[in-house]
Amino acid sequence: MEFNVNSPILFVLAGIIILAVLAQSVFFLIKAWRRGLKIGMPKEKLKRIAMTAAVFTIAPAIAIVISVIALAKDLGLPLPWLRLSVIGSLSYETVAASNAESAMGLKFGQVESLTASQYVTISLVMTICILIGLCLCPIIGEKYQKGIGNIKKKDGKWSEILFNSLFIGMISAFVGFVFCDVAGVVTGDMTGLIPVCVFFISAAIMIVMGLTAKKYPNAHWIADYALPLSLILGMASAIPITAWLG
Amino acid sequence: MENKQQTSQEYMHSVHVSGRIWTTAMVLLLLAFPIAVSVIFNAVPDFKALGLGLLSTAPMYWAVGAIETFTYMPMLGAGGTYLSFVTGNISNLKLPVALNALSQTNTDANSEEGELISTISIAVSSIVTTVIIVIGVILITPLTPVLDSEILRPAFAQILPALFGGLGVVFISKNWKISVAPIALMLILFILVPALNSSTVGIMVPVGVLFTLGVSRIMYKKHMLD
Repeated sequence: MEFNVNSPILFVLAGIIILAVLAQSVFFLIKAWRRGLKIGMPKEKLKRIAMTAAVFTIAPAIAIVISVIALAKDLGLPLPWLRLSVIGSLSYETVAASNAESAMGLKFGQVESLTASQYVTISLVMTICILIGLCLCPIIGEKYQKGIGNIKKKDGKWSEILFNSLFIGMISAFVGFVFCDVAGVVTGDMTGLIPVCVFFISAAIMIVMGLTAKKYPNAHWIADYALPLSLILGMASAIPITAWLG
Repeated sequence: MENKQQTSQEYMHSVHVSGRIWTTAMVLLLLAFPIAVSVIFNAVPDFKALGLGLLSTAPMYWAVGAIETFTYMPMLGAGGTYLSFVTGNISNLKLPVALNALSQTNTDANSEEGELISTISIAVSSIVTTVIIVIGVILITPLTPVLDSEILRPAFAQILPALFGGLGVVFISKNWKISVAPIALMLILFILVPALNSSTVGIMVPVGVLFTLGVSRIMYKKHMLD
């Protein structure tokens, strides 16, 4: 069979794996949903959680489609479709594909065609280099989670602080990232202020939504969709801000 | 299937058993893709390039991946962990979705209800993401000029600031005492160290988490969080 990066058989192979990923998500969803009902969680509450998660996901998922488009220029559609539907992210896949391509004397972003051998080599590098987390989860998962659970039994107050610290630790890294290019302002490069402005606009929208939700406690939709709305409006604000500062 | 008397521990054990089976199957399936391509097209990988590619990529991503596993696992819960490490996009999608759901319902992350809320939100997010990518792949020809347009590009380039602006204000306002030190540290590091940028933010998450845990522990012991 003659090789092509967009060969129909590659779509079939990627499609089978993506179907398995979908099946796993549906399995865990049903399992958690049934357990929730069994321990007395109201069905309405579960529906609200699911609906908010679905709405919240739309914008980031579209961004992933854009990443698929970016990688498809070199690798065709099936491989980026597969890689970005499982584990991967644009930054990781770009680094892995770029390193594999340069090892074969190719330049990422300028590849016109790939042989089957090159394609297999690239997809092996992309797959193997990110498997560590996936391999560790089943090995350490249960013991690690039990250890975390034991902290709650020993000291409930510290357990609560510990979890909040984990969340704050992650958020603080991303807050720092938002400001990573502001130093350019000193040399007259204002583009570093774009993410900062978007960050504060999104935060301001969230504050307004939070205050409105407090004022109208019966309007559940305000609290439920506050984050998706702040995300979308924050992203939308980037368009005029970039035109102004970019 | 669970019986009515199933305790919380039994349920959690069943999640881990299912997770182990699914994850093992997914690892095998992911490795099957390049192997199947190799067999179908009768192509042998370029072993020298494979070795070089692995050598230049694996050490960093294995180290980061291992640290990320320990960092994210407690935050995602059991079911959420097994799902998120298969479907990816943890820090920019799965974890924020779970955090939002926990915050929306005022639920303790380290409780059975928190585990279920986290799993449901991550599972729904994974399904929606997969479906949207499928639609994107099917409609790639008409969608590319729209999504890749000059007008929309700045919006999608700023997805992380827009996401963490909203999420940050919720969690920082609720935990401002333990937020001051890590945010100050991260601002100093990201502003002053040019190597820290969008490619390296993932590496800084465990640093931020460990630093916050240390500061919080000291504050807790000194009764500054009472």
